[in-house]
Amino acid sequence: MSSASLNVEIRRIRELAPGIREFSLSRTDGEDFPVYSGGSHIVLSLPLGDRPHRNPYSLLGDPTVRDTWRVAVRKQEESRGGSRWLHEQAREGMRIDISAPVNLFPLIRTGRRHILVAGGIGITPILSQARELARLGADFEVHYAYRGPEFGVFSNELEALAPGRVHHYVQSRREQIEFGSLLAGRPLGTHFYICGPAGMVAASMNAGKSLGWPESHLHSEQFLAPTGGEPFDVKLALSGKAFTVPSDLSLLEAIEQQGVDAPYLCRGGACGQCELEVLGAEGELIHHDLYLSADERASGKKIMPCVSRLKGGCLTLNL
Amino acid sequence: MSIAFKPDETFRDDYTYRNSLAAIRRFPFPFHQDQYMYSVNMEPHTKGPAGSVFENAFDIDEHYIAEMRDRAITLERDPGRCVSLPHMMDAEWDTLELIMESLSRDYPDMFTLARDGTRWTWTNKPLGIEQAFTFGDAATLPCPPFEYITRQTQGDFVIMDQRDNDLFADAGMITSQADWSLMFDAGMSFMEWHGPVPLAHELGVFERALKYLLMLQQGRPVRRLNWTMTINPRLDTSPETYPEWGPDRASVTPDNVGDKVHLRVELQALFRLPRSNGMLFSIRGYLASMNELATYPRWAKRLHRVLSTLPNELAEYKGLVRYKPTTLDWLSKFDDGEVLPAGTQPE
Repeated sequence: MSSASLNVEIRRIRELAPGIREFSLSRTDGEDFPVYSGGSHIVLSLPLGDRPHRNPYSLLGDPTVRDTWRVAVRKQEESRGGSRWLHEQAREGMRIDISAPVNLFPLIRTGRRHILVAGGIGITPILSQARELARLGADFEVHYAYRGPEFGVFSNELEALAPGRVHHYVQSRREQIEFGSLLAGRPLGTHFYICGPAGMVAASMNAGKSLGWPESHLHSEQFLAPTGGEPFDVKLALSGKAFTVPSDLSLLEAIEQQGVDAPYLCRGGACGQCELEVLGAEGELIHHDLYLSADERASGKKIMPCVSRLKGGCLTLNL
Repeated sequence: MSIAFKPDETFRDDYTYRNSLAAIRRFPFPFHQDQYMYSVNMEPHTKGPAGSVFENAFDIDEHYIAEMRDRAITLERDPGRCVSLPHMMDAEWDTLELIMESLSRDYPDMFTLARDGTRWTWTNKPLGIEQAFTFGDAATLPCPPFEYITRQTQGDFVIMDQRDNDLFADAGMITSQADWSLMFDAGMSFMEWHGPVPLAHELGVFERALKYLLMLQQGRPVRRLNWTMTINPRLDTSPETYPEWGPDRASVTPDNVGDKVHLRVELQALFRLPRSNGMLFSIRGYLASMNELATYPRWAKRLHRVLSTLPNELAEYKGLVRYKPTTLDWLSKFDDGEVLPAGTQPE
């Protein structure tokens, strides 16, 4: 099951900070967008050369504004083309396809208190979550960390949502979130949500666990960008295709390029939707995903083709 | 209006419920083959053929007015059949919006929805309702939004909250269930409320179904059929009213099988809800008596074979044991042993 798509026009591009751009999107059919829940993302299909390149971005606008959706994109240093295209090629008036929203980072509505933490561009899902909590009149606070004062691009919107409950941490001023103290002594029923760089997410999860937080109350979102790697050969047992995955495509992208409809949702190693059964692997499976358990990896029977690869000869998949 | 309603029929006491010829023809007969076993038989809930029960997101048929009156009677006797936990208010509005949008789109001659920002006006011609209200403000409706809209929609409804990689039955309007209780299941997780189902756990059916549902997308609902049998065309076969309908199981005789024994088919659909990220589970029930089904001998033959090969655990779970032999005897008259092609359509 791949995602339903909507065609949109880029209505407005705003330069928020060096390397950060915001895009406002409207439907080309004139209809309203559906409502979405805080923490949802969409997948943008970007016209890179002869193939669409699909990247997930969180929706950050106000879900009650149904004629415009907003996403903010940071230019990745090691971009495979998606964020670079959005920063260098995208123009107002261009049309692209996007998927329907999916929420892999939902708020827990039974929570009594919510602590939201954003690192850098990780503010995007946190902003829509804060919006939802403000609308619900929930008890919440936001902790927003960024490199320098000019990178706190959504500070004003956040302050308007949660006056007095937003805490800023500016790296250039040597301010840093101390997760040990942030998470200590919180009442039962508190939920913690973080979106940010891998190291920051890991530090917060470790702090929570060592303080005895139940895992079910610690929530994080982190999409991994597919990394390149060595080329390898693939056989698809059901569709009878055989091809080589080049170094600059993910396995999922290479499968799509063969015209085979493969399931996906997040395209960032997080959701598990694209899981494929490995029938044979001549070589070592290189798992980059956040989804499979250690046992599942050890079994050698599963792979998440959006981010993972094979090192060696040929991979045979049940597809 | 395009549907000829049967507003006076009853689902209790004198049981005057009957299906028209057209309603029998569109009955969602669930057996593709001569044997039944559980499977994750889900498919996209996309628009089906005109006239079929799959034509629209929520099916309205000739029994609409009578079913809604039966629901009102049951709620009057037992208001606990509609439950919603406090954190489900967004999901309640999601449900109201989804149903109002669907019905007004699919049955424009019967239902209309006029929207001016959050000022909405809902018109339900079959039930003679016109209601102006403010979307998001429960005080502007005569009852909470979920109860309001499900008092006007055929079928039972559960809203599930998604958290902890699981689904919790945190709201429900259940007045026509096949012997299960919302009061018992409210707040339970997916595996908990499927606990009593035999055989399917061993097959891993629920594990696969849950994994599939957790990834359900907005705008891409899915559906499946489920079935059981009911004595008399009774909607309220809840555990709470068991003393009223339980003894009917012993009332089946060779003479009354055709009228009394009903195949009960549930068209179950699941919709991802946008605001709340919850999931609406609709259970739309259809009842057809053995006499009605046997107007298509192909269905009678197939049902005979399905029942005669049904594992005992399933017959027990579905509560058929007591009247199964009598029903099989009756159906055997129709079964000449002809090899039936796969498929569910009537001839």
